[in-house]
Order: sequence, then structure tokens, then C-alpha cells
Amino acid sequence: MTLRRTPFFEHHKQAGARLIDFGGWELPVQYAGILAEHAAVRTAVGLFDVSHMGEVFVRGPKALAAVQHLVSNDVEIADGRAQYSPMCNEKGGIVDDLIVYRMAADELLICVNAANRAKDFAWMVANNPFPDDAVFVDEGDDWAQIALQGRGAPATLQALTAADLREIPYYGHARATVAGVDGCIIARTGYTGEDGFEVFLPKDGADQLWPAVLAAGAAHGIQPIGLGARDTLRLEARMCLYGNDIDDDTSPLEAQLGWAVKLNKADFIGKAALVAQRAAGVSRRLVGLHVAERIARHGNAVLVDGQAAGVVTSGTRSPSTGENIALAYAPASHAAPGSRLTVDVRGKLAEAVVVKGTFYKRDY
Amino acid sequence: MSFPNDRKYMSSHEWAQVEGDLVVVGVSAYAQESLGDVIHIDLPSVGAQVQAGSAVAEIESVKAVSDIYTPVSGAVVAVNDGLEDSPELVNSDPHGAAWLFKVRAADLSELDGLLDADAYAAHVAAGGH
Repeated sequence: MTLRRTPFFEHHKQAGARLIDFGGWELPVQYAGILAEHAAVRTAVGLFDVSHMGEVFVRGPKALAAVQHLVSNDVEIADGRAQYSPMCNEKGGIVDDLIVYRMAADELLICVNAANRAKDFAWMVANNPFPDDAVFVDEGDDWAQIALQGRGAPATLQALTAADLREIPYYGHARATVAGVDGCIIARTGYTGEDGFEVFLPKDGADQLWPAVLAAGAAHGIQPIGLGARDTLRLEARMCLYGNDIDDDTSPLEAQLGWAVKLNKADFIGKAALVAQRAAGVSRRLVGLHVAERIARHGNAVLVDGQAAGVVTSGTRSPSTGENIALAYAPASHAAPGSRLTVDVRGKLAEAVVVKGTFYKRDY
Repeated sequence: MSFPNDRKYMSSHEWAQVEGDLVVVGVSAYAQESLGDVIHIDLPSVGAQVQAGSAVAEIESVKAVSDIYTPVSGAVVAVNDGLEDSPELVNSDPHGAAWLFKVRAADLSELDGLLDADAYAAHVAAGGH
């Protein structure tokens, strides 16, 4: 199979990045090294190529209503705002987790996970309740996307655009020209736990934008960041990775994404199942763990009283704190902060404790 | 990337260097590059009896954990304690300071099937799998 390449591919090669197959895309896993890149985002600013993410536009008089039917969060938000949401199947399992950007009531952008692009688009079209008045278009091949994350992100991006970034709040967005590239969408969103932006750009502007951003960020310590650090950064911020922590068989209530499930809004796919699940209570929950001595990894069993009772979905040693951190499904009886569990790390047992909140919190 | 020709290599990217009746084992420069930043190493116990081809150590990188195989059978007579505090030596000096453990080999002919530096370089060039 030929790997797909983003419009920034040549820039990664020139930078000496190590490239890997990531869900069929040839993407940089690291440039300088995961730990150095992680630190750059936490202390300065990092530039990510996230062009593999999918962009689906929904247009038409019933665009908003169609999206409301597909996602569990309430996207009755103001123009220029965005909303994170699971998109569920009838069983309440997660088809994907995505971000809905509302341009207007009749135009929304949905940013979906790379690995789910085809699945999501087919699902959206098949379940569109208003095919005549809401048109879904997969524009993923027309757009490139970068993320600029870290405390130096606002100053870096501000040097490249006339748009006043102070006017774009967290989960807000605006059309703008960036580094001379017209038709960009600047969104104050991200996957790192830092302040920062994700910028959608017409893919033809890629060669112009990448070096301009690196030049603008030089004074702020910018570095290009690969997928390796993207994963450690999102895990410290306790953000789910689709396919690892959540999937078609996990519900947002189990995954502690209940805040993004609005059971009081009009009907949406999966609502009945989630209403029942909330009433009955879930049997397992995705919890954050501090693990003693060993580094838990995806697939390690979680034990209660010596019996398999759950599974680790993500784990690493936190580059920011040095602690061994993990996400795991634990029985609801052992999901409260302070609960003690055991993780079977490749045959060696490690004690773990459930912790509340994110593993890392920015201090600015 | 170059591989010293004073030792042999396993296709799983360990190197083995003979020192008298001892065999020093480490991982190759290719292995360290694939692993990325190494943050912890689990070494065997001194005195442990190991079987050629079995997993006897683990290297944890930021991304993943990898098994390390011993190319020879025998008793582990030394482990590199310096890696406890400085696992990053695996990244900076995989063929030298970051040796992992030494085995008193029962039968040095077990190394005969390993790759020499040229064959290993070809293996790596072909994808290393």
C-alpha cells in the first residue's frame, strides 16, 4: 500500500524527521526526539503537521439540525465557536470524537480523526436526516492543517496575521489570512493541554506557511513536533486517543466524557442507549492512574483482588512530572479518585492509584 | 549509520562481543534510533541462568517497551549498573558505554549463526524486520 503524504512532507524530510506509517499516512514520529519536543511545547511553542485529520463541511438550511442529530454534545453555539463532541452509534458506542466548528447555522466544519475519515463520512451521509437540506462534503483532501501549541503560540501566530488573536477565545475560531495564505481558519483548540491554535489552510498554501511559522516562532523557541510527543502531550492533558482509549464499543459515559453528552437536547443517535446507561449506571469507567515502579502500556490487564477487572488503554512515563501515568478502564466500584488497583505489566504486578483530573496543568 | 565489525549482531538488533569466555551484549545504533528516547532499562539479575534466544531484559522508551534477547546461554555475570541512572546512554553510545549485560557463555558456537557487521547492515537497509 502506498502511504499518503501531507502537503508538508518535503519539509519533514528536509528537517531530518523520522517518518512512520500512521494509519496509512507517512508522518513524522519525531524530529529532535520525543522528550525534547515534549519539553519545547511545555515551555515554548511547537509546530505540528496535523493535515491527516479530516475536514467535513456541512452546508444547507438544516446543516445545524443534521449535526445535532449526529453528535451527543449540544452544538447550538454561537457562530465562530466550536464544540468537542462524541458521535455515537445506536448502542451509545463512539463512532468518533470530533470538533464541530460553527461558521453559521447553515455552514459547519467537522474535524474528524484521520483513521476514521472514511468511516465517519459514510456514517454521516447514511444517517443524515435531511439529505435535501444538509449536504455533507468531505474536503479532507483540499485542506492542510497545523497545530501551534504552547505559551509562545499566540505571539508566533500574531506575527503572521492581521486577525486579532485576543478576540479568539478558547474554542473560538475565525477566518483569516495567515502568512499571506488566504482562506485560513484559525481555531483556538488543541490536543496538548497548552494554549494554542489549530489552523486549517488551503493545501496549496502549505509550502508558504510552514517556513513562515518556523521563522516567526524562532524568537519564541519553536520546534517542529512529531507524533511521539503529540501522544505524550495529549496523555498528560488526559485527552482520549480514538482507537486506544475509546472506540465503537465504549460509551462516552464510560469514557468520562459525560460532560459532552447532553441528554436533555432533542433526539440524537445513541440517545436512548445513553439515557438507559445513565439510569442504570455504567459498569466501568476510564480512569487516570499513577502507577508505581513500572510503566503501564496499552493492553496491560487491570486487576482487582488478583482478578482481571479492566484494561490499560494508554500509558507512559510523564515527561513533565516523571510519574508513570496511564488511562485504564476500571470497574465502577474502583473508579473513584484514591481507589487502589493493580496493573499486570507484562507479568510483573504494579500498584496503581486512581487520580483525579489531568496529569499536567499549565501554569499560565 | 555504521556498525563495528568487532562483534556480531542478532536480527532483533542486539550485538554480542566476545571478551574471553564472556559475551557482552548491547543493542545496535539502529535499535536505539528506532526506540527513541530510552527512559528505563530492566536488566537481568547477576547469577541468572539465561537461554539463547530468550527475552532477558526490557528497554522502555517513551513510546513503548521492547524485549532484549540474549544471543548465548549461560550465567549472567555482570550488568551495567550505570544505566539505572543514565538510561539515555543507550541513545548516545549504544555500541560502547551502554552495554547491557555479560554472560559467561556455555557454548560460544551459539554465536556462529549471528550476522556479521556487513550482513547486519544489509538487514537494516532492508527494513530491519
